[in-house]
Amino acid sequence: MLVHSRGARWAVWAVFLVLFVPLFALPLLVVLGASFATHWSGVLPSGPNTANYRAATRGEALQALTTSLLTATTASLLALTVGTWAALAGAALKKRYRRLMDALFVLPVAVPSVVVGLSVLVAFSKPPMLLNGTRWIVILAHTVLVTAFAHQSVSAAITRLDPAYEQAAASLGARPARVLLRVRLPLLLPSLTAAAGLCFALSMGELSATMMLYPPDWTPLPVLIYAATDRGALFTGSAVAVVLMAATLLVLFAVSRVRTRASYR
Amino acid sequence: MSRRLLWALPPVALLALFFLYPLALVVQQSFQPDGGGTSLRPYADVFASEAFRNALWTTVWLALASTAGCLVLGFLLSLVIAFVPFPGAKAVARFIDVYLSFPSFLITLALLFIYGTTGIIGSFQFLTTPWGVLLAEVTYFTPFVMRPLLAAFSQLDTAQLEAAGSLGARAPRIIRRIILPESLPALAAGGSLVLVLCLNEFGIVLFTGAKGVTTLPMLVYSKAILESDYPGACVVAVVNVLISVSLYGLYRVVSRRAGA
Repeated sequence: MLVHSRGARWAVWAVFLVLFVPLFALPLLVVLGASFATHWSGVLPSGPNTANYRAATRGEALQALTTSLLTATTASLLALTVGTWAALAGAALKKRYRRLMDALFVLPVAVPSVVVGLSVLVAFSKPPMLLNGTRWIVILAHTVLVTAFAHQSVSAAITRLDPAYEQAAASLGARPARVLLRVRLPLLLPSLTAAAGLCFALSMGELSATMMLYPPDWTPLPVLIYAATDRGALFTGSAVAVVLMAATLLVLFAVSRVRTRASYR
Repeated sequence: MSRRLLWALPPVALLALFFLYPLALVVQQSFQPDGGGTSLRPYADVFASEAFRNALWTTVWLALASTAGCLVLGFLLSLVIAFVPFPGAKAVARFIDVYLSFPSFLITLALLFIYGTTGIIGSFQFLTTPWGVLLAEVTYFTPFVMRPLLAAFSQLDTAQLEAAGSLGARAPRIIRRIILPESLPALAAGGSLVLVLCLNEFGIVLFTGAKGVTTLPMLVYSKAILESDYPGACVVAVVNVLISVSLYGLYRVVSRRAGA
């Protein structure tokens, strides 16, 4: 406890609220409020109805939701596989090679996502790997972007892993494949699910690279939200945004349930 | 080659094919003007244009100012959560984690309702100025500073604070002499991460729809998609990558020093 006098403590909390609520809670509340409204020019939104949600859960918007969910799931699973493989293989290397591999795999975090989009567009718009105009170019870009995060969190977990378990298993005669499948991966399961949740959330909200790449028949939710706000349909846009947030939170919640079960084992 | 290196090969090959090779093509295309041949023409053209210099300047000062804002605000808020805890402080800390999983453009979307042309506060053109982008970036990226800070604060030995307090040091002095030095590594790590993310931010700027605010990622997008000027877009991309990657390298060195 840093502040002892009661009055001063209340003053500090008041300052905290004044900073925190308008900056962090208000934006989310505003989007939520607007999603139920048709007008907002006073203090409170007006014209309450659920038409925005009817528009946001059918036709184009429903298709965008499926698109986003499919893209995010595919990209997270691919990224998790490649990232975990890279982290496991990297951990077995000598320090010099391991550093190099770490540096390579975090590079996509530092490179702007727009540039990742541009580079994928430049590379895969011509044969032999013609992906431009298909859904795979979007999924590919998302995978590249989130692999870095999967690799980072899994390799952080590997360095915290207690080597005694795998040494015990190996000394009892288990082959490396068995040690990996029965000892290391189960121990890593909590961090793997955490990484999967992170990748999924990032991919659901990805806008920068997607804007460079999306074909007309594969528009994820963020692109649809941008299109709606760009043509002035702010209220429909915020209903779609609420759908996006709710879908992300639901999946994150489900993933964290898996995680708690995994860590109790 | 040893077997361990062989096992590391497949993921590295995938990364090379889908990330490094495309990036190399961008660099290659930045030297190939539309007329054909290889020259520095695209660079000369882009560097000479007013739009590029404006975008470079806007990107850099916006990123620096947002980072400074995030550091100050994040430090203050984390101090209160960690050392003047109130009922619900835990919930606030969890809220911050959730906040990080939302896309950045939601903040601009909300600001459109508050400050936009038909908004709550009214129609003064705040959002179409860099200040609107600055406000949105500070809002969105402050949690990125708070998370490492809260982790660092939870490892701080509270006995030090109590000793200092019982010897008569007041809160500002305790913060300056004990908490701030202890949290410098976390501040440095969080701050440089936010700096890189701000340099690369696209969604916030796109959603303001402001013609007056153009940053480097925005310029890459508008040159490539709206003007189909690929060599120009590649030049801007190369500049942006060079700035961000060198800063990110610095961040990795700093955070490794800090033992994070």
